[in-house]
Amino acid sequence: MSERTLRGKVAIAGIGETAYYKHGQSPDAEFKLALRAVLAACEDAGIDPREVDGFASYGDDRSQAVRLAAALGIKELRFSNMHWGGGGGGVAASVANAAAAVHSGLANCVIAFRSLAQGQFARYGLSRLGDTAKDDDAFLAPYGLISPAQRFAMKITRFMTEHGIRHEALRSIAMASYHHAQNNPRAVMHGRPLTEEKYDASRWIIEPFHRLFDCCQENDGAGAVLVVPADRAKDLPHRPTYLLGTAQGGHHRSAAPVHNAPEYASAHFPTVAKNMWAMARLGPQDVDVVQAYENFTGGVLLSLVEHGFVDPRTANQFLVPENLFAPSGKMPLNTSGGNLAECYMHGLEMVNEAVRQLRGTANNQVPDAEIVAVLGGPMVTPVSSLVLGTEATL
Amino acid sequence: MSTTKTLALPAGLPAPNQEPLTKPYWEGTRAGKLVIQRCGGCGAHQWGPEWLCHRCHSFDLGWEEVAPRGRIWSWQRPHHPVHPALTGHGPYTIVLVELPHAGKVRMVGNLLCASDAKVEIGADVEAVFEPHDEADPPYTLVQWKVVD
Ligand SMILES: [Zn+2]
Repeated sequence: MSERTLRGKVAIAGIGETAYYKHGQSPDAEFKLALRAVLAACEDAGIDPREVDGFASYGDDRSQAVRLAAALGIKELRFSNMHWGGGGGGVAASVANAAAAVHSGLANCVIAFRSLAQGQFARYGLSRLGDTAKDDDAFLAPYGLISPAQRFAMKITRFMTEHGIRHEALRSIAMASYHHAQNNPRAVMHGRPLTEEKYDASRWIIEPFHRLFDCCQENDGAGAVLVVPADRAKDLPHRPTYLLGTAQGGHHRSAAPVHNAPEYASAHFPTVAKNMWAMARLGPQDVDVVQAYENFTGGVLLSLVEHGFVDPRTANQFLVPENLFAPSGKMPLNTSGGNLAECYMHGLEMVNEAVRQLRGTANNQVPDAEIVAVLGGPMVTPVSSLVLGTEATL
Repeated sequence: MSTTKTLALPAGLPAPNQEPLTKPYWEGTRAGKLVIQRCGGCGAHQWGPEWLCHRCHSFDLGWEEVAPRGRIWSWQRPHHPVHPALTGHGPYTIVLVELPHAGKVRMVGNLLCASDAKVEIGADVEAVFEPHDEADPPYTLVQWKVVD
């Protein structure tokens, strides 16, 4: 029996995104943003958009595959796929699902995308509950535990207290994103640098580990990547970037109700990271650049630990800005500015940045980057991550 | 049993929906009792409520009163108001409480303390029942205070 793997089987041939906006500032409707991102990814790949035959997304994206297919006039829809779970937990999973469709022969040319105009719909950071709270929320909302930040904060308190990790480690993560955004004209926070003083003086969102700059923005925009079979990518305009490993899911009872997951102080990657590295036949030591989804900086810490990039015992020493800055840091992190400072596009912007790093066209280029990891939205469940590489890594 | 007339948080936050699966818990708190699921098949405690025992797959889940005591597993203190009822209220403290004598299940509530009180993971706490008699239907929340 042949090995069951996606390693080296598919490539990302094109990347696309709209302009990124502060929430509520997009002149375009959300669906129009999705169309723009899809067209941009096709143009980048040099492929006629009518050839696209599949769409994969996550986070309950409102831009449905069938409407996209009709609007774009594609010839035949062979794959439409929505990954369960909220936020950006599914960002890598959407690429993985597109990849699985392409490799299995279900489809030939699949877009993974996210479109989001939060200004036109309800915001994530405010209560969307009515007068009564149902299911899990019945045991949480009456106590003022409502927002995503509040759902995750006690994981972070527990982990950082247990391991004696200081808030400065999280500050470094925020500093890395803002530092890189200053060199990225696409970034919403371009021209708005962050200093340690500004971070330390920012208001509490939640004690003890969430100041304002530990929390993601809310934004409008869309991003898309085009996934094709590996052999096709060789004939397209850009240097191919191959999927080396990917996984999604959650560890034992990670979604147990009312904060009862046995391994609670977790970003939910322990098994996902193991499976991703196994498929990639790589480990954290092989990676040149890391894109780690920031919903909150504490989640980045947990996700770096669970993928083996950071040892909790040395986190205070390792997570300092100079180690995280491109081009010369030991672990360049979120090199486009990430969710915090480029755009909160639910991590799709991180997949695009990973591809740019491997093509050698990033704004904060890490010299000779061959392998880039993208760690999807942490602390939700299911989560997902992926690792991409150049032809030399196959 | 300890009860409080003062609400930990301002009125106007969502009330708990009392669903068939969870109703015995809310009936318990109205009577000043902490009751959680216990499996008739294997005897394991389970929380939050679910139709099936995750250990032995029995649907025979009963409810049992447990001692209203625990210890702080984790905590947070939100400052930013995320619900209109919280606007202008200021910081409040949420705790995740482990019940070591009941299968180490965990519950979420407010810690009754000053808004700048130091919170210690591992501290012993006991339940304080907070009735909302005016609500329709009425319900009783379970808050926590540190045991001196
Ligand atoms: Zn059982």
